[in-house]
Amino acid sequence: MKPAMAIHDSVIKVRNLVAGYGSLTVLSGVSIEVRAGELLAIVGPNGAGKSTLLRIMSGAFKPWSGTVELFGRSIAAYGKRELARNLATVAQENSVAFGFTVLEIVLMGRAPHLGPFHLESARDLEIAYDALDRFGLLRLSSRSIQELSGGERKRVFLARVLAQEPKIALLDEPSAFLDLRHTAEIFTRTRELCASRAMAVVATLHDLNAASEYADAVLLLKDGRAVAYGSPEQVLTADNVREVYETEVYVGRNPATGAIAILPAPGARP
Amino acid sequence: MKIDPAHDPGSSIALESGALTAAFAGAHLTRARIVATLSALTLLTAAILIGACAAGTVHISLIRAITDPASPDHAILFVARLPRVLMGALVGGILAIVGAALQALVRNPLAEGGILGISGGGALGAILALIFTWRMSAAAEIVPLCAFAAALGSTLLVYRLAQLHGQLEPFTLLLVGVIFNAFWGAAIMLVNSVVNFYYTHSILFWLMGSLESPSRGEIAMVAGIGFGGLIILTATARDLNLLSLGDDAAMDLGVDVSRSRRIIFVVTSIMIGAAVSVSGIISFVGLIVPHILRLALGADHRLLLPASMLGGAAFLVASDMIARTVIAPAEIPVGAITALCGGPFFIYMLRREGRRSFSL
Repeated sequence: MKPAMAIHDSVIKVRNLVAGYGSLTVLSGVSIEVRAGELLAIVGPNGAGKSTLLRIMSGAFKPWSGTVELFGRSIAAYGKRELARNLATVAQENSVAFGFTVLEIVLMGRAPHLGPFHLESARDLEIAYDALDRFGLLRLSSRSIQELSGGERKRVFLARVLAQEPKIALLDEPSAFLDLRHTAEIFTRTRELCASRAMAVVATLHDLNAASEYADAVLLLKDGRAVAYGSPEQVLTADNVREVYETEVYVGRNPATGAIAILPAPGARP
Repeated sequence: MKIDPAHDPGSSIALESGALTAAFAGAHLTRARIVATLSALTLLTAAILIGACAAGTVHISLIRAITDPASPDHAILFVARLPRVLMGALVGGILAIVGAALQALVRNPLAEGGILGISGGGALGAILALIFTWRMSAAAEIVPLCAFAAALGSTLLVYRLAQLHGQLEPFTLLLVGVIFNAFWGAAIMLVNSVVNFYYTHSILFWLMGSLESPSRGEIAMVAGIGFGGLIILTATARDLNLLSLGDDAAMDLGVDVSRSRRIIFVVTSIMIGAAVSVSGIISFVGLIVPHILRLALGADHRLLLPASMLGGAAFLVASDMIARTVIAPAEIPVGAITALCGGPFFIYMLRREGRRSFSL
């Protein structure tokens, strides 16, 4: 959109992040770079610092040291609404206090684009319609969010991110609570958006196979350190996975897609 | 679902606005719905206000009251009933809109002005002022002022204590508020047990709430604060919608969460302080009205807040009409009527919410 984007090919640039809570260090010296249209998967065991890294990139959490730049500008230099027009986040869990309709939730994605007393315009409705359509939610438009299943709710929040029209999306465990079909669907949708809108996506994932299948790059974290960072083929090796997860695995290829496939192999000898 | 990676509905979608309206009918807020709903509620409230002016221990003709300034009807209407009805409308409106806003603020549909300890502090201030100034000629003016000051003081205390690391946490706010509410209640009982019997009736007035004989100054003060608050709260209505998704999600959508929260807390406290200073503790209005309206109108605060103001006015004026007529010439404190309606309603809501997964 801006000429700045062409110049700063890397949309997100994170350098030497050190962060923690109290005296506990959660991240020590993590650096990443994400280009427009790219999907970066952050993987690692529980407590590796994945969510903290995501929260720092969304501006919700301040690191002890290190920098986060979006489009070549420090994240701290963005106003709150300006940041919201460029960057959207889906948290791992989404609870809604009142019975808003699905459409109302998706329309909330338009909030950073609207003035204080403005109601959503016909264009905002079209954007919401498109977002609902993409996630197969049109027939649920007027249902209360509180009546939906965890998986449906997750899709509603992804549709909300879409309506927000960000350049960057940060997804914390987007496939949690989703069944096989919807997991495939949301990653396919996400890939489409990376391609059609040049959106940069960073997702934390537990599912290593989803990471290898859909991500352009993978960051493997353990105890706040980057064990490996690169293409799925470089990162998701049997040695790396064994070291990080402390469990035996079998690493092969998915015969249907050719992507790396990882299976647990308890009791196997290295 | 068919998946086509090259497909980008963002450019291909060209829906007629008519088709969109049909697809989304009733699923979101439109200008037409705001206008229609608020007009209907205004008419309903106006009808109840007029009815409340006409009803009472003495039957009066509203037409004669307006056309004949020398008639007793005129005096009854303009000296006794109209001020009381107006005050009921203002206080009811304030209690309901504040309830709706606080429920969104602490993300809990069981919140209202009383639970943050504000009303209790105000009532204690009023009772202490009453006891120490009863021999003074200006007591009638001083008591509401002290109630207002005490409500704000209590607010300030709750606000300071609920802050953790510079953040106003909804759950802490709720807990500190509940504790203060109980504490002020105990303090009032302590005062009640050590003072002369002479004060017991007045203390009851502040505890149960009453709209008896407000002065013009009081009406003007409550009206000013009520309408000022309405404007500020309506301006924050979309932030309240977004805050319903949780702090992180609201922040992600560009809301300055701590700033919004501070504004809403301060404004609602001032409004509750003003209401308590003239009418004592009237409970449950802030709970019942927003809840019913949310069921009927949906959760969007851009409509819910102004609608609550109107609905609260209608509800309290109707309750007060019952309070002053059922055992006439004696009166039931209006707070007793609202609490009698509210208690069972509260239980019903708790049972209902219990079935749902619930998080703060």
